[in-house]
Amino acid sequence: MAFASVHVPNFLLQAVVRAEPDLRGRALALVEGDPPLWKIVAADEGALQAGIELGMGGSQARQFSSVEIRRRAPELEISAHAALLDAGWSISPRVEAVAPGTLVLDLAGLTSLFKSVKKLALALAERAAGIGLRPRIAVASNIETAILAARGFPGITLIPPGREAESLSSLPVEALLPSAETLEILQRWGIRTCGDLAQLPLLPLSERLGQEGVRLHEQARGAHHRALTLAQPQISFEEEMALDSAITELEPLSFLLGRLLHQLCARLEARSLAASAFRLRFDLQDLEEQDDFPETQKHSASREAKTYEAILRLPVPMRDPATLLKLLRLHLQADPPYGSIRKIFLTAEPGRPRAGQKGLFIPDSPDPEKLEVTIARLAALVGNSNVGSPQPVDTHRPGEFRMAPFVSIPEEARPVRTPASAGPASHGGEGGGTLERKSRRTVIAFRMFRPEAPAHVELQEGRPCRIAFRGARGEVAAASGPWRTSGDWWDERGWRQDEWDAEIRFASPGGKSSSRAKTQNGIYRIYYDWTRHNWFVRGRYD
Amino acid sequence: MAANLAQLRSQVELALAGRVSSPFAIPQRSVEIVSTGISEVDALTGGLPRGALTEICGPSCSGRTSFMFSVLGGRTSQAEACALVDGSDAFDPHSAAAAGIDLQRLLWVRCRTLEQSFRAIDFLLAAGGFGLIALDLGDTPGELVHRVPLDTWFRFRRAVEGTPTILFVLEQEPHAKTCASLVLRVEAEGSHWNVARAAAAAGFCRHPFSRLLDGSEIRAELIRSRAHRGLPADFRNAAVFETREKFGFARSRQP
Repeated sequence: MAFASVHVPNFLLQAVVRAEPDLRGRALALVEGDPPLWKIVAADEGALQAGIELGMGGSQARQFSSVEIRRRAPELEISAHAALLDAGWSISPRVEAVAPGTLVLDLAGLTSLFKSVKKLALALAERAAGIGLRPRIAVASNIETAILAARGFPGITLIPPGREAESLSSLPVEALLPSAETLEILQRWGIRTCGDLAQLPLLPLSERLGQEGVRLHEQARGAHHRALTLAQPQISFEEEMALDSAITELEPLSFLLGRLLHQLCARLEARSLAASAFRLRFDLQDLEEQDDFPETQKHSASREAKTYEAILRLPVPMRDPATLLKLLRLHLQADPPYGSIRKIFLTAEPGRPRAGQKGLFIPDSPDPEKLEVTIARLAALVGNSNVGSPQPVDTHRPGEFRMAPFVSIPEEARPVRTPASAGPASHGGEGGGTLERKSRRTVIAFRMFRPEAPAHVELQEGRPCRIAFRGARGEVAAASGPWRTSGDWWDERGWRQDEWDAEIRFASPGGKSSSRAKTQNGIYRIYYDWTRHNWFVRGRYD
Repeated sequence: MAANLAQLRSQVELALAGRVSSPFAIPQRSVEIVSTGISEVDALTGGLPRGALTEICGPSCSGRTSFMFSVLGGRTSQAEACALVDGSDAFDPHSAAAAGIDLQRLLWVRCRTLEQSFRAIDFLLAAGGFGLIALDLGDTPGELVHRVPLDTWFRFRRAVEGTPTILFVLEQEPHAKTCASLVLRVEAEGSHWNVARAAAAAGFCRHPFSRLLDGSEIRAELIRSRAHRGLPADFRNAAVFETREKFGFARSRQP
């Protein structure tokens, strides 16, 4: 039985650095509270060496120019802890969340997968590094020893079974987290380290310090056993970021969204998941607070919601941050937020990642990630409603269809180009190509006029004989009809039409048939609309 | 002189031996050819080359859209993803479905301007993976398309080269010049009206003038083809095929 503990030292600082990687390697201190009563609550080694002290006022701390001062961000700490849990779950299904930034993993049965405990610990460190954290890791035969070693020793610590007391002996007793009263007693006794405490006899210690003394003694000897309290896997993946100063431009926003996406994708990857949708929410600044906002728009807009929400649905689950950032950018370009952004929330809806192997003889198809970006670009170019896959709808109304999202579906593809079925070289083909010789009946195609063209039609014995539309006049040489259709009479969109297929021969204004008029000759579909009491040309056969 | 050349050639070949197998041989690229879905046109052209630009031109009502639908139907039925950039928003999904196009495999981009159409083609070529990308400029005035710089067509040709994509352009007149590997002109030779079949319908609808559109006869002329370089002058460069009205589609509504 072995347990690994992962502890992120200076967790508050690392949570901030995870969101702002540029801060890594620089002296950093965190303040909490509102000015002027804000105080330093966390500082790294560099900041402490520069002279920063915990509890120091924020205004005083700002005097240290070499130290970066940031606000403590509880939302970043939550995200970082959730990410750490995801990293833990990527190694073992049995994980306990001990405290923010501290986990314990049950390693039972995992050594055969990772070959050795050291490799397992290295893998764990790598996963944590992947989500932007630099943890300490310790492996021991019981939970408390692993936690103590991870808190107390830097890097990776492997404690062999039976040598727990020896390994922990150099740790200060403060690492056991005794109560202030007990710690004072121990210090008065001259007990400084776990080794000192472990050498004390247990019975007299329990008489003087009670159950807490017994617990501390067991922990100091590395002999405290308890069961693992399993953490429940988190279903939602959310990252958020509060901004010191509100932003309005897309470029800096993209930069921040890129960071959040990287973090979310790393978390999804740690759980072997991908995102099937993203929910984006911005907390917007009050328009009254914005000096540069036009006064005329302030009043109307201030009544509107001060949040911006958008949902980006993906046709296939994906977790490539670069692709997702492009999609979010295109989405924001098409539908920008109405105000300055103070806080960003980004939530990923998890889905199973796309797994499929292309067959050798299955036709090439667009890469789903690239295709999604392309469709988003096309939508930005021509409008959302003008890109997609046309689908017929269940109606007889002429020209009705709906636009469905276009999805590349290579999985359903059937093999078509097997070596045996490839045809012989075509005559004169470049370099001897191959031709699939398969012919079907060619169906006459129809081209729509959108919108339909109003026409003036003359009838003879109930048949169209002359027509004028779009500035041209022509004789109807042959016609088929009327084909009467109607529907939806029960609502205002009802229609009733008499359709004709008419072969029209156009004449030039002079009366003679010119070459330009000849190019327009052809078969057209015309109809009389009984609701509008007029003739229209729906399109032409081509 | 010739001896010197031969000597020089052998020296170069010797120097490159082991690194380049045949330095003076022009590599023969194997171009895959696909069927247009019309046997008469296949016999005439050999089919449509992949990784190349094909132009089909003709006036309105000449059968060019039927030709394009036939090609699209063939590609989508082979489970290939296809895209149609509709420069004049004239695509009719019902007619396309009747022509055998699998609409689920068709990405339709409805454009309003010529600039939008060309940018859409750029995006689609960059995405890759499409079996066929069709650009429909059938209703765009020829004078407008003629103003498109030739380097645009060169760019398209370069982008599509070496890919399995067929770039298919439908227009009134050919404009891509040497960038097109295959240019076909189509023209309607006449339409057929089926009076006999209409007699039954006339009985039903009690209309004495009933006749039914049966189809059209289309003449396809080969204007340019890289595959047909060096063929004899008397090579037959035209074919005639018929398009048929699909009764079930157009007249599914009872008269």
